[in-house]
Amino acid sequence: MSDGLVHLLQLLASGVVTGGIYALVAMGFVVVYKATRVINFATGEFMMLGAFFAWTAMVGLRAPFAVALAGAVAAAALVGVATERIVLRPLLGQRTISVIMVTIGLAAIFRGAAQIAWSGEYRSFPPIFPRAPIELGPVILPSRQFYPFLIAVAAIALVGLGFRFTRTGTAMRATADDEAAAFAMGIDIRRVYAISWSLSAMTAAVAGVVVGILGGISPQLGAIGLRTFPVVILGGLDSIPGALVGGVVIGVLENLAGGYVDPLLDGASVKEVVPFAVLVLVLMIRPYGLFGTREVERL
Amino acid sequence: MLIGNYKETYASDEAVFRTPAARWWMAALGCAAVAYPFVAGDYLLYLATLMGVLALAALGLNVLIGFTGQISLGHAAFMGVGSYVTAILATRLGLPFWLSVPAGGLAACAAGMVVGAPSLRIKGLYLAIATLAAQVIFEWVFTNWTSVTGGIRGINVPPARVWGVALDGDVKVYFLVEALVAVHYLLAANLRRSRWGRAFVAVRDRDIAAEIVGVNIFRTKIVAFMVSSYYAGIAGGLWVYFMKVVTPENFPLSLSIQFLAIVVVGGLGSIPGTLLGTVFMTLVPEVLKLATGLVRAAWPEAQSYLFPLRDVVFGTLIVVFLIFEPKGLVEMWNRLRRFFALWPFEK
Repeated sequence: MSDGLVHLLQLLASGVVTGGIYALVAMGFVVVYKATRVINFATGEFMMLGAFFAWTAMVGLRAPFAVALAGAVAAAALVGVATERIVLRPLLGQRTISVIMVTIGLAAIFRGAAQIAWSGEYRSFPPIFPRAPIELGPVILPSRQFYPFLIAVAAIALVGLGFRFTRTGTAMRATADDEAAAFAMGIDIRRVYAISWSLSAMTAAVAGVVVGILGGISPQLGAIGLRTFPVVILGGLDSIPGALVGGVVIGVLENLAGGYVDPLLDGASVKEVVPFAVLVLVLMIRPYGLFGTREVERL
Repeated sequence: MLIGNYKETYASDEAVFRTPAARWWMAALGCAAVAYPFVAGDYLLYLATLMGVLALAALGLNVLIGFTGQISLGHAAFMGVGSYVTAILATRLGLPFWLSVPAGGLAACAAGMVVGAPSLRIKGLYLAIATLAAQVIFEWVFTNWTSVTGGIRGINVPPARVWGVALDGDVKVYFLVEALVAVHYLLAANLRRSRWGRAFVAVRDRDIAAEIVGVNIFRTKIVAFMVSSYYAGIAGGLWVYFMKVVTPENFPLSLSIQFLAIVVVGGLGSIPGTLLGTVFMTLVPEVLKLATGLVRAAWPEAQSYLFPLRDVVFGTLIVVFLIFEPKGLVEMWNRLRRFFALWPFEK
């Protein structure tokens, strides 16, 4: 196989890995949007908190990785429920600007609190997985990319299946579809809201751990959360399959741009800006995204 | 005793300052602003000038969000456009300050027109995300278009000259900034009661109804974006002459968020509220800094908690205001005023 092709495959593979993480975060984002019509600007900070919880459990309490991950997810779920109950519920039905601003405010609080609790230092997880790189045909993936990716995929599958087949998942889909009808059928809407937020915080925590293993943890880890926006807009704000497709597409595009365009530019990195260029294009051409519901306004 | 605020003519109902008391307060504020630099020390003067620049940009954002109901997460980027255009015109073409700053404002205005264009099709959350994209893309351009913007090192700018006098001292820059703030404050207050201002509010309150009574929604939104980014551009131009240097790090997303916080905390749609919000949001970190300085003797590590604590306080202020006082500081001020208007007969 020629070098060029291997290079391409290599870029695609790491793009899919990045995309898997984006998809996981985007899924939590979409779950909250579907249920409560809130865009959560604190998604990245939920990731950061999850990563720090797992890190503390592993390094501070010497817990094995699986236990640490489960603990982080549980703690994140609590944070998610508390956020919904204390901050978001009083603002239900308020203007868009209020709801956006309150999640931005939360993000600042979490970032500051994390820096107070864990300091601004850069930290990394102790080694968890076997060190040998994984060879998939001609493509070689470092183990710190491959295993976390598997975790992300497993989490996506778990949430997706739960959403499709469990009783709670059905209740959540019903609420997203028609809140009033769901309420009339005896679904506890407030419970659905709380579950949506905790689910979103849980997926974000898993994604945070994955990102933490890949690239280390600091209170600034949440900056990755911004990248969720191109993903969810491309996929459609209220579509879970859209989040998956959007995540992989953006991840791959980002890596291809980084691999092919960056060497041509002198020192500039297009990697950060390409997703947002895609975002602008999507908003111009198809604002509701690939799979999102087209909103029709009626008088 | 004042028991109500009766208006007998349309002119008095439309006045910018509606009561004699408001006029007196404004006059007092103006006198205080003129006297300030002769009383305050260097640092306080720096803070006041900084507040002036921030207030100018925040006024523009309030026109966009408070009047027109369009959300922008890219206000700092427009300020950056204004800054860079001003700096480039001043250094490369040697344009005087009174040409380069308005040119920066107009350039930002054009950028606002482009970014506002998607508002034809999208609104609310989607528009907010589109402006977020603008913020990221502009910031990237500032950093990477090295031949024009000077990259990370930025551009150094010589002091502005007005009528042959170099504005090199802090006091002179202070007067320049505050004079422009006063002019633009009046412009914004007047805009509110003009034809365009009413169209803005109509689009915010019920866009479909506004269209039915003959307001061209798209044009109105675009004009709101243009006005708002013009303010940001002028503020950016002043920033250049105030800081003497412009770099991409001056205009991050967090500055856009700072402007949003100023508008929300001050009072959405309130022009005096924007000033209150700017002063408040600039003073809070300073008070924190003082407080950590005071406890330093007893607890030396306090200093290292200053920055994260600022984040926490900043976020908490936003959340608390949105939940408990969504109309912002200006509403608290009004409540105080009403209380004293009836005092001591309030119930």
